[in-house]
Amino acid sequence: MNNEWLFVAFFIVIGALVPIAAISVAWLVSPKKSNPIKQSTYECGIETVGESWVQFKAQYYIFALVFLVFDVETVFLFPWAVKIGQLGLFAVVEGIIFIGILIAGLVYTWRKGMLEWS
Amino acid sequence: MMSFSDFTTILPLVVLTAWACVLLLVDLLIPRNRKGITALFSALGLALTLGLTIAQLGRQGSGFNDMVVLDGFSVFVNALLLVSGLLGVALAYGYVKRMGLERGEYYTLLLFSVAGMMLMAQAADLIVVFLALELLSIPLYILAAFARPKVESEEAGLKYFLLGAFSAGFVVYGIALVYGATGTTALSGIVAAIPSSSTLMLTIGAALILVGLGFKIAAVPFHMWTPDVYQGAPSAVTAFMAAGAKVAGFSALLRIFATAFPSLGSSMSDVLWALAALTMIVGNLIAISQSDIKRLLAYSSIAHAGYILMAFVPFGNPDVRAVSVAAGLFYLVSYAITNFGAWGVVIALEKAEGRGLALDDYAGLGRKYPALAAAMTIFMLSLIGLPPTLGLVGKFYLFRAVIAGGYVGLAVIGVLTSLISAYYYLRVVVIMYMREGEPTTTSEPYLNMTTAFAALVTVIVSLVPAPLFAWASSAVLKLF
Repeated sequence: MNNEWLFVAFFIVIGALVPIAAISVAWLVSPKKSNPIKQSTYECGIETVGESWVQFKAQYYIFALVFLVFDVETVFLFPWAVKIGQLGLFAVVEGIIFIGILIAGLVYTWRKGMLEWS
Repeated sequence: MMSFSDFTTILPLVVLTAWACVLLLVDLLIPRNRKGITALFSALGLALTLGLTIAQLGRQGSGFNDMVVLDGFSVFVNALLLVSGLLGVALAYGYVKRMGLERGEYYTLLLFSVAGMMLMAQAADLIVVFLALELLSIPLYILAAFARPKVESEEAGLKYFLLGAFSAGFVVYGIALVYGATGTTALSGIVAAIPSSSTLMLTIGAALILVGLGFKIAAVPFHMWTPDVYQGAPSAVTAFMAAGAKVAGFSALLRIFATAFPSLGSSMSDVLWALAALTMIVGNLIAISQSDIKRLLAYSSIAHAGYILMAFVPFGNPDVRAVSVAAGLFYLVSYAITNFGAWGVVIALEKAEGRGLALDDYAGLGRKYPALAAAMTIFMLSLIGLPPTLGLVGKFYLFRAVIAGGYVGLAVIGVLTSLISAYYYLRVVVIMYMREGEPTTTSEPYLNMTTAFAALVTVIVSLVPAPLFAWASSAVLKLF
């Protein structure tokens, strides 16, 4: 085995020890005065009004998906734009094909009426 | 450096993908009640791609910095996949209309899935294998849930998605470990790097890839999703899934193990031996107790994954691996064709309300619809491996290769489980001919054509199997 892997082993050991130490110290030094509010489940945010199993409008989901199209597009286009000078015509065509496929997806959602909030 | 010539190696794939993208947009202009046009366009695209694939016969090459290859193996598998796609469209054409599922996306998704499978057959890099795996799986998840809002279909889609995503995780982890051991993801690079790499890490990586692909091909013990998904998904989807996903999964497994990991043969052969034996035994035994034809065929598909896995067991033995892999390819063809035929009969009997799927609904079929019953009998005989069908020839080549590899015990298990399988396959035949009943069927031209085509191929190719086997043998020549 490589010695470099020793770092990983140390990391795992220390990573496991730190939270154990933190929790046990807190358990040792903290005052233990219980009341109902402390016993209740911790939740961030405000308490829900009524049931939390409500139906969401599916549009949120579609919008997130359409957003993702452009999000991912950017991620891939940045390295492409940086290297385009060296890669030449081939890369330009590749980029156009890539954008073309994404636009086909957008046109599809548009024609299906998914971009209208109704 | 890449160039336009790279595209010639994957020309059929490029054409099919572009066709699918354009069809997605063209479909928007086709009125809702005439989606049959989309089906015809998709069949046209598949036929065109099939022509281009056949034109590649005998060509060798690789492209995109050796990420994809073109060889006899990829052409053989791609041709089989495209025929599967065509049969899948033909089965779906009337079925989706009758079941009220007719949406243009059905055919586009099917095309995308076939494109993924074709990429799988051509992949020469583990990254491309993963890309292809996702491309073939994601459309199948959607297709499995296509009968929404039917609960069974939604359940099938979700179950398939969750377990598929889980198994993709295994594949990625396996790829990561193989990369960690060898420093490359290219299959040819892995072979070159093996002498200087950690065997333990490589073996674990290979085993994880095997587990991940084992889910896709429904090998025991990774088969749990199969019966529920095959039963819940619309029958036309199941037919395509059972054939296509299996062919693609096996082709990836075959290429990865035969080209990248032959040195692991000594340690992996035992594992594959156990997997194959377990898959044959469990699949065939559980199939006995099924009373629903879709579940019966699902377990039959698991059992057949076991038979095909037998062909992989001697992959590390250079003397027999070529003939055994060729036998595996031959068996894949025989299974795919028979499978489409059997599902064609199931679709002919299925009713819109989900009835007509119990084995008892087949009672009296022999008297009322002799042609359909005769076709079903051929398919059942082929699945058992009895003459005069393709299944017999496939099993013959398979068992011969396995015995040549020195795994007589495995061949014995294969023969014994085939005997067990005769019980439940023949029960279908007995019910069709010996019991009284008033079955009703739907007769659709494309459906009948598919069933008749499958029945004819099953019988005729079994009489002259040599050309197909010769093609399969020449396909694997350049693989090693």
